[in-house]
Amino acid sequence: MRDFSYLRATSADAARQAAALPGAMLLAGGTTLIDLAKCGVAEPDTLVDITHLEGLDRIEIDERGAIIGALARMGHVADHADIKSRFPAISEALWQAASAQIRNMATIGGNLMQRTRCPYFRDPSNFAACNKREPGSGCSAIGGVTRGHAVLGTSEACIALYPGDLAAALVAFDAVVHLGDRRIPVDDFFLLPGTTPDKEHAIEPGEMITAIEIPASAAARRSTYLKVRDRQSYEFAAASAAVGLELESDGRTIRDLRVALGGVATKPWRARAVEEALKGKVLEPETVRAASLLAVEGAVDHGANHYKIELAPRVVARAILKLGEAA
Amino acid sequence: MTSLPISLTVNGHRHELEVDPRVTLLDLLRERLDLTGTKKGCDRGQCGACTVLVDGKRINSCLALALSHDGAEVLTIEGVAHGEELHPVQAAFISHDGFQCGFCTPGQIMSTLGLIAEGQAGNDPERIREGLSGNICRCAAYGGIVEAVLEAQEQLAKANRRTAA
Repeated sequence: MRDFSYLRATSADAARQAAALPGAMLLAGGTTLIDLAKCGVAEPDTLVDITHLEGLDRIEIDERGAIIGALARMGHVADHADIKSRFPAISEALWQAASAQIRNMATIGGNLMQRTRCPYFRDPSNFAACNKREPGSGCSAIGGVTRGHAVLGTSEACIALYPGDLAAALVAFDAVVHLGDRRIPVDDFFLLPGTTPDKEHAIEPGEMITAIEIPASAAARRSTYLKVRDRQSYEFAAASAAVGLELESDGRTIRDLRVALGGVATKPWRARAVEEALKGKVLEPETVRAASLLAVEGAVDHGANHYKIELAPRVVARAILKLGEAA
Repeated sequence: MTSLPISLTVNGHRHELEVDPRVTLLDLLRERLDLTGTKKGCDRGQCGACTVLVDGKRINSCLALALSHDGAEVLTIEGVAHGEELHPVQAAFISHDGFQCGFCTPGQIMSTLGLIAEGQAGNDPERIREGLSGNICRCAAYGGIVEAVLEAQEQLAKANRRTAA
């Protein structure tokens, strides 16, 4: 690990000011940052520790929705009774992410800032080319081993997968990131790689995530997170779906539907085409399966990750049908 | 860079130390306090061998900067037994062969203590496996580990009932 200096922030304003300086990075749970510093990917000059700031770990829930402080730990949010009852997909996404130890350390704000697990990105000593790490240096993944790479939202510069679970659920329910006074929808917070894969988040130097707001909705209340992976626990998604469903009073016609994908795209991926195709339709397996194919419209594989294009629509359909059964 | 002061309570003993910013809690325990029961496996938060309890919660000490935990109460495997008397979780790991080579065992036991304190797993083997998935055992002693956790929970519940009675 490269040498760095350590600063414990005493206020949110002080943290923002210190982190705005070149080479400075915010430190919260550290589960991504310390790992990346050990790989030689993150090379901070200064770490600004915000874990001791008070009041930023609050979870406030009322009929309008939830506001989750940036420093709330993943495990705490996953286990929160009102999150479980009003936003089950959020709780389930968190429970199925990482390990118990990491959920006790990692914060909600830090979770949004986690980096890709692309093995080429994470191995600078063996793979010099990575446009995400070194803009313009090329992409080692394209033409390499791509089983865990994205099929949606890729560019010629980068096919790295966004690995998170929580953000898929946040995108499905129109959550909003609070950067102090600035508000930005989670869907806009995550950027497509395009020609600048090094720029992953719509956050500027001197800004800090302070909270995440999730509006209440009937679809959020009847929601689930379905994660399919190579092993049953402590593994990133091969494909996952955050789904929320609201039915008309007849109990079978779809009034509102939310669908977002994890494990297949370069950012948490809202599948609006599936939602629009099914709204107003009667919830039936054939209809749901046909519409779910729209989740991967425009997908491009790089060989070994082709399975994701077949898997993702099945995961979406299974999640919608599961919610339909749970009346 | 400049070392900075921290105060840590480890297994009930308070330590005042000067620490380089890069030092993880794991390295501090092993290299500075000679508490080598906590193991360094992957050093990347993937194997769980470094699991300790910080303020009662299980964490991966390899991903924790020591400076970030100023003032914390840390429990390591060395602080689990009462003198010569093993903790029920330790005894259960022995009686159920919950290990082979033993390298992951301190982490497994600390993680089990965290799991039991969280109270989420109950006596469902599937939920115990899920709850301990952050602890890898390359000898694959998982069958014995799950049995050990079940028995330890039972012993602890009995002991609690006795205390309450």
